[in-house]
Amino acid sequence: MAGAEDVRVLGVLASPFAMRPRIALNLKKVEYEFVVETMNPKSELLLKSNPVYKKIPVLIHNGNPVCESLVIVQYIDEVWSSSQPILPADPYDRAVARFWAAYIDDKWFPSLMGIAKAQTDADRASSTEQMLAGLQLLEEAFATCSKGKPFFGGDALGYLDIALGCYLGWVRAIGQMYAIQVLDGAKTPQLAAWAERFCADEAVKEVMPETETLVEFAKMMAARWKAAPAPAK
Amino acid sequence: MQLRAERGREMEKDEVILLDFWASPFAARVKIALAEKGVEYKAREEDLLESKSPLLLQSNPVHKKVPVLLHKGKPVCESLVILDYIDDVWPSPPLLPQYPRARATARFWAHFADTKLFEAGTRVWKSKPVGEARRQAAGDFIEALKLLEGALVDDKEYFGGERFGYLDAVVAPLTSWFHAYELCGGFKVADECPVFDAWAKRCAARENVAAALPDPDQVYELVWMMRRMYDIE
Repeated sequence: MAGAEDVRVLGVLASPFAMRPRIALNLKKVEYEFVVETMNPKSELLLKSNPVYKKIPVLIHNGNPVCESLVIVQYIDEVWSSSQPILPADPYDRAVARFWAAYIDDKWFPSLMGIAKAQTDADRASSTEQMLAGLQLLEEAFATCSKGKPFFGGDALGYLDIALGCYLGWVRAIGQMYAIQVLDGAKTPQLAAWAERFCADEAVKEVMPETETLVEFAKMMAARWKAAPAPAK
Repeated sequence: MQLRAERGREMEKDEVILLDFWASPFAARVKIALAEKGVEYKAREEDLLESKSPLLLQSNPVHKKVPVLLHKGKPVCESLVILDYIDDVWPSPPLLPQYPRARATARFWAHFADTKLFEAGTRVWKSKPVGEARRQAAGDFIEALKLLEGALVDDKEYFGGERFGYLDAVVAPLTSWFHAYELCGGFKVADECPVFDAWAKRCAARENVAAALPDPDQVYELVWMMRRMYDIE
């Protein structure tokens, strides 16, 4: 019951991870307050709510924090279980959705960001190749999961749509900055069409940042990425 | 041809097959979960140091890793995804806690155990014996372990409370690699985290856990062999 609960999402506009709980809450038609985190310095609220990672997003539900974006999405699905389901009903379909969401975060997104962080042309080319190869896998996954319907989740947005779709703003920004056709209508036609539908969805429209905002953010981060030393082996 | 016939037979019999490696803590989690549920299964040992079987490559083409659970001929990959699947298909006795907040906490720490604890432990044994990388890795490992130890609150027997559950099954197998980390890193877990150490001993006393965990001395021998293979000295 929306009025009786205190639901806050602590996040920043540029973060794809912070979009995930917001989309999930929108799908469930749960009212919430979006609290923009200051980041530099990190707020008391953030440090108190996520002492382990000190990262956004954090969902604060009746004063209790939940951390890690995909953990939050599952929590939202379980708490508001009577409305719009986010995870599929069938155990095997759930496993497939979870598998690809983990792949997207652990493998695919790092390769996308690798394009922006690369210091040499060779590194950039390598990251681009990895990222595009990953998209081919996701194109096949879309066919398997959607079963001919508009979204990974079927007729409506689901867990895997949220997991991948939150990155679309960055896909556009990086594509623009480095002149890469990321979602190619020829190579990944299903994903290209899905991306349009995802961004147009009522639950997504208001929380997807403008591409220009992300491009500016990336330019600001570029200096930091240049200065960062390579991780110790 | 034989592979397909074999899989056809497996599908008919509703058989559960686990693609396994004796030293893998991730495969051990699955063994513990299946045992706790009383589910009969066949474990097929992969010789990961030699060559991966056609069944493994076919079942997990994306990562080519164990564990893989084959149920009714369909593969489920990634240990945490498998544990969720097992809990969905065989709900009794429950692995994950009942309520959403406790479930989110368990998932949060499971992710932490893999990305912070296990990751640091891996850096401990993979780093050169002398130098900053080894010191940093050992420090990171102990820091991560202390944070995880903090989740064992109020004299609880297990992470989930009185009942052995999901997070216990996730973390217990990682402890079989601690002996190797201790010898490489020059620390003792019992000294640094006595509460965690007591929990680990309680888990190891459970039949289902003891049967699944690799022998720490054998793990250490494996680590030494891999260090030679990777030419780390």
